[in-house]
Amino acid sequence: MSDPVLSIRHLTKRFGGLTAVNHVTWDIFPGEVVALLGDNGAGKSTLIKCVSGVYQPTEGEMFFDGKRVQFSKPIDARSKGIETIYQDLALANNLDVPANIFLGREMKNRYIGGLIKTLNERTMLSESEAALNALEIHFPTLTQPIESLSGGQRQAVAIARAVYWKARLMIMDEPTNNLGVPEQQRVLDLIRRLRDQGVPVILITHTLPDVFAVSDRLMVMHRGRKVAEKRTTETSTEELVQYMVGARDDMVA
Amino acid sequence: MILFFVISVPVFSSATFVTVRNSQNILVAITPVVLLGLGQTFVIISAGIDLSVGWVMSLASVLSALAIRDSYNIGAPIWLAVVLGLLAGTLGGGFVGFLNGLIIAKLKVPAFIVTLGSSFIVRGVALLMSENTTVIGLPDIRAYGNEALFYYVRGAGGGFYFLQRPPLPTDMLRQLDRILPWPVVLTAVVVGIAMFILHRTQFGRHTYAIGGNPEAARRAGIPVDRRIIAIYALSAATAGIGGFLSTLQYTAGSAVIGDPLLLSSIAAVIIGGVSLFGGAGSIMGTVIGSLIIAVLTTGLVMLNVQAFWQFIVVGAVVIIAVLIDQSRDLLVGRHERESET
Repeated sequence: MSDPVLSIRHLTKRFGGLTAVNHVTWDIFPGEVVALLGDNGAGKSTLIKCVSGVYQPTEGEMFFDGKRVQFSKPIDARSKGIETIYQDLALANNLDVPANIFLGREMKNRYIGGLIKTLNERTMLSESEAALNALEIHFPTLTQPIESLSGGQRQAVAIARAVYWKARLMIMDEPTNNLGVPEQQRVLDLIRRLRDQGVPVILITHTLPDVFAVSDRLMVMHRGRKVAEKRTTETSTEELVQYMVGARDDMVA
Repeated sequence: MILFFVISVPVFSSATFVTVRNSQNILVAITPVVLLGLGQTFVIISAGIDLSVGWVMSLASVLSALAIRDSYNIGAPIWLAVVLGLLAGTLGGGFVGFLNGLIIAKLKVPAFIVTLGSSFIVRGVALLMSENTTVIGLPDIRAYGNEALFYYVRGAGGGFYFLQRPPLPTDMLRQLDRILPWPVVLTAVVVGIAMFILHRTQFGRHTYAIGGNPEAARRAGIPVDRRIIAIYALSAATAGIGGFLSTLQYTAGSAVIGDPLLLSSIAAVIIGGVSLFGGAGSIMGTVIGSLIIAVLTTGLVMLNVQAFWQFIVVGAVVIIAVLIDQSRDLLVGRHERESET
């Protein structure tokens, strides 16, 4: 097996007296989809927020591409290529697809030695088309405000944006929530396509069918601790539920 | 737009309305509303509000009058005095906006409160600086305020004149029309610049993004605080240009000129289709909204309707415009966004 993209070593996060994440050690390898499971309050979100730079771990280390990393802000993690797609997607619904893909990183035409800069709408549109095509996403038009798109289509825009900006690790928080069934399938297809392009995906979810449909490996947390880490083919729904409610624990000797 | 025609058709069809002189008078009268509305458009698209622009315009009128008078008195040529007046009005206004933006962005005080408070402060400063009277004693700058790009003389021996006002005997002065007076030309230039900034530059794009979803803008790495400060500075600066223009037109600085225009300018922005929730609207809309208000008010006067009806009609049009905007939102499903977040 190749070297891990992300290595977490004994990561602990405490809020006052509460230990939200307790000595978690975890590796993510290139080209795999890893599901992160756990009941509400199990520490999934806290762990992920440490990885994406929202929180700073109290103890422990993280390695990205073999190098030790410490993120003090989300932008630090993003600059390394760790893209997190939250449920609210962080899109501007009043803007069109290219404007969203290039939000904050707009392409510009320069005139008079850079004195006057205008938006390069044409290149942003063609780049957006290329980015969406690479993921086999097809919209009738890209130049409508995305509030006219469905939830799944907006999810696709958020994913295309992350891919366009060379995401090296994609973290997705409940990506199929609030979506209709056909849309859920399309989002899962997108996740598989990301994996096939070599981008590892961490999938945070409550939806066990999604876990079995798309993930290669999984990790279960309970009360801040890692209680199981398995290949998806080697477990079952019943077993996962037992881990999630704390009835089973592999890590106790 | 439909509204525009519904109201303007009966007005225009009355014969007295459609003269060159009337149309030019309307344009001149509406320039301050347009200028206040331009900055306000940026502010409201970013989901803010700027209640200080009326008094900022007054302050700028006083500042530019003082700058013109004092620089002329120490020997500056008249054109330089006028340019200094423009700078004093624009920069003085812009500075107030900069402070507004700073407090809104960095201290997270709601824009409504900040600009309400600063409008009182600016009012006091303007009255103090003008010593509570009109600033007079300016050099003769009427040429800049009242002359025009083109002239047209009706009747026999008339014709078009460019830039140069034709020499006329006094009995023919009534036949002289000024086409595109300088305040209108300057306002048109500012409109053009505002359109360019809002619709063609990264700054404009970020203004829409901040109004649409400030959290998304922040996560996308947009320097939201800096943009907000610049938006309020821009708003106050366009109000400052409006104050400068009023000084030119009346050859005097007035500390009360701008206040009645605040609500008209907000009305113009809203009639022009800018969403008060932020994220939608255009400069063209605001210009059209201003023209609708101008046509309404001037038109009603010309139809011999008592002046008080203007307020009633403009108020009704504002409410109808928002109703139309909301029903359009329902159709495209923008209500979903509000319930999701």
